[in-house]
Amino acid sequence: MPDQAPRPGAPPTTGPLMFSFVVRRILLVIPTFIAIAFLTFVAIRLVPGDPIEVRTGERGISPERLAYFRHELGLDQPVWKQFLDYLWQLAHGDFGTSLSTHAPVLTEFTTLFPATLELALSAMIFAVVLGVPAGVIAATRRGTFVDYSLMGVALTGFSMPIFWWGLLLILFFSVTLGWTPVSGRIDLLYYFEPTTGFMLIDSWLSGEDGAFASAVSHLILPTVVLGTIPLATIARMTRSTMLEVLGEDYVRTARAKGLSPFRVIGIHALRNALIPVVTVIGLQVGMLMAGAVLTEYIFSWPGIGTWLIESIQRRDYPVLQGGILLVSGIVILINILVDLLYGVLNPRIRHAR
Amino acid sequence: MALLEIEDLTVEFRTASGLFRAVDGVSLSVDAGEILAIVGESGSGKSVAMLAVMGLLPWSAKVSARRLVFDGNDIAHLSARERRRIVGKDMAMIFQEPMSSLNPCFTVGFQIGETLKAHLGLSRSERRARSIELLAAVGIPDPERRLSAFPHQLSGGMSQRVMIAIAIACQPKLIIADEPTTALDVTIQAQILELLIALQRETGMGLVLITHDMGVVAETAQRVSVHYAGQKVEEQAVRDLFADPHHPYTAALLAALPERSTGRHLPSIPGVVPGQFDRPPACLFEPRCRFATARCRDKAPPRQGALAGFALCHYPLTHGRPIGHPNPAGREVAA
Ligand SMILES: Nc1ncnc2c1ncn2[C@@H]1O[C@H](COP(=O)(O)OP(=O)(O)OP(=O)(O)O)[C@@H](O)[C@H]1O
Ligand SMILES: [Mg+2]
Repeated sequence: MPDQAPRPGAPPTTGPLMFSFVVRRILLVIPTFIAIAFLTFVAIRLVPGDPIEVRTGERGISPERLAYFRHELGLDQPVWKQFLDYLWQLAHGDFGTSLSTHAPVLTEFTTLFPATLELALSAMIFAVVLGVPAGVIAATRRGTFVDYSLMGVALTGFSMPIFWWGLLLILFFSVTLGWTPVSGRIDLLYYFEPTTGFMLIDSWLSGEDGAFASAVSHLILPTVVLGTIPLATIARMTRSTMLEVLGEDYVRTARAKGLSPFRVIGIHALRNALIPVVTVIGLQVGMLMAGAVLTEYIFSWPGIGTWLIESIQRRDYPVLQGGILLVSGIVILINILVDLLYGVLNPRIRHAR
Repeated sequence: MALLEIEDLTVEFRTASGLFRAVDGVSLSVDAGEILAIVGESGSGKSVAMLAVMGLLPWSAKVSARRLVFDGNDIAHLSARERRRIVGKDMAMIFQEPMSSLNPCFTVGFQIGETLKAHLGLSRSERRARSIELLAAVGIPDPERRLSAFPHQLSGGMSQRVMIAIAIACQPKLIIADEPTTALDVTIQAQILELLIALQRETGMGLVLITHDMGVVAETAQRVSVHYAGQKVEEQAVRDLFADPHHPYTAALLAALPERSTGRHLPSIPGVVPGQFDRPPACLFEPRCRFATARCRDKAPPRQGALAGFALCHYPLTHGRPIGHPNPAGREVAA
């Protein structure tokens, strides 16, 4: 039985094989983590000014006091020693405490992460919901005006610098038209204790009049800004895989059955075209995190991105190091999940022995 | 009235270098309960002609026909929606590549059930029962378990059986089988062919069998239509065709059969089917024909009558001798 070879390295999705796949992937993560920790550790120390100098600013500080604080923070040690100490600390699950708030880095991260996750999910949904149909329409109308316009727009979106795009949208929709708020997650009028950390859900649960609408209106522009590049990527990718799939024999078989164009394209062709698209979506997650940092900063979105940028400004070494490690961990985790999903979508891999 | 009537079917493809005529004025008819074989070398437009009947050609194809009637329906002038009610139900097609013709993402049960749902509106449990019945009918062992199999778990022969099950799902009046065994192992080929013939006998449907294999034709078909470079060059009842081919191309095809060869080497027809750029002006077979004369180069050949097998030829053969030919011994073509 001439089975097609599964994608190399692709995971099985059931049984002990899948378990060992996941374990292997997680073990591989450890060296990656050490490398990331090392890079951030070195990079932040290459930036001129340490936490104490930045804190005292122009006032200055006496050399004795400076030496004292440096010793307190262990900054007088050689860098390699500091790094090994940091790894030792990490190995015990301790991400350190913030130099500016004195709260544990992990606590700050878990408090702020839902805001970022909400933005990222919303952007991804926006990108998939518009990108996949746009790609399908462009592919089925190949070579027509519709195709060229959609792909022209996608190319523009793809090459749009996030910062500029964000400012442009704020200028038009918030300043000129006054339709959307400029920054934040919800109007200051509303206050309620976070239950889930997702503003859309919390504002809904709060039952306060207008809170949900306010949360939605705050989410729109950041979603568009962050979702534009993934949207363009997904649209282009869907179009090209769709074009390939539309020429396949099984699509002709589907038409030979007398099925409606909707079933032929939307079920038989799309199901196959989506397999590579899912991989692309997975690869976008890393990009999405990078984009989220900028987007949050533009819209003063109180999430991980704003937190990290502020930590750079304060030279808050533990926050920056720990924050980047945690974000990388999440990106890696999502990539593993996408690999598993790939197997679910593709029966040839699911049943590979 | 015939089940399928095709008159003067022409298919042209819009290509980067202009129109390419893949099917050129083909007329055919198939009766209910009949097996019609279409033979001819690769590139002679057999598949394209039948895809045109099914309405499965890509947008780059321009189809025209004087008459295209299936089961009383003028299919050339039906709306896409009306046509979809016939295609897959009363008229079904089986393709050359069974392995790639099934959708890799869906189970066998889904792919059979889909046809049943679209055309017969069967419920889920009815579809399941009927699918099992169909798989059993096409000789798939353990049909219940096979319903949940994915195409990559099937061999080529099994895949083709599934394709046949899909084709016969709604008890069609006509099945078009486009080289259904070419991609299969030799041992499997005979089984699949026998299955098709048996199903055809049982149900009394019409069957169009496209093939390269003259041996298959001799064993199965009642009538044969010989195609060359987009044209039908001859059509006869199978016994008559083998006994007395009227077109030199048919004669050459038959002479190329291994069991008919007399010399030590397998005979073959020298040259290739003309393509878009080397189309002869008059008779398309002229460059490869051992009887070709100046007339064949200058003047398009006439369509002969039924007695001469509707041969498209200036000098149709009778018992191997060209009628009206200036030099009936023929010229020997240099190998
Ligand atoms: N979509 C297309 N666009 C352009 N030309 C095409 C297209 N499909 C088929 N053709 C051409 O039409 C001609 C007839 O093709 P067809 O597939 O009908 O041949 P065939 O007789 O079925 O051959 P085979 O025995 O190899 O299946 C070929 O020259 C082929 O290149
Ligand atoms: Mg063919």
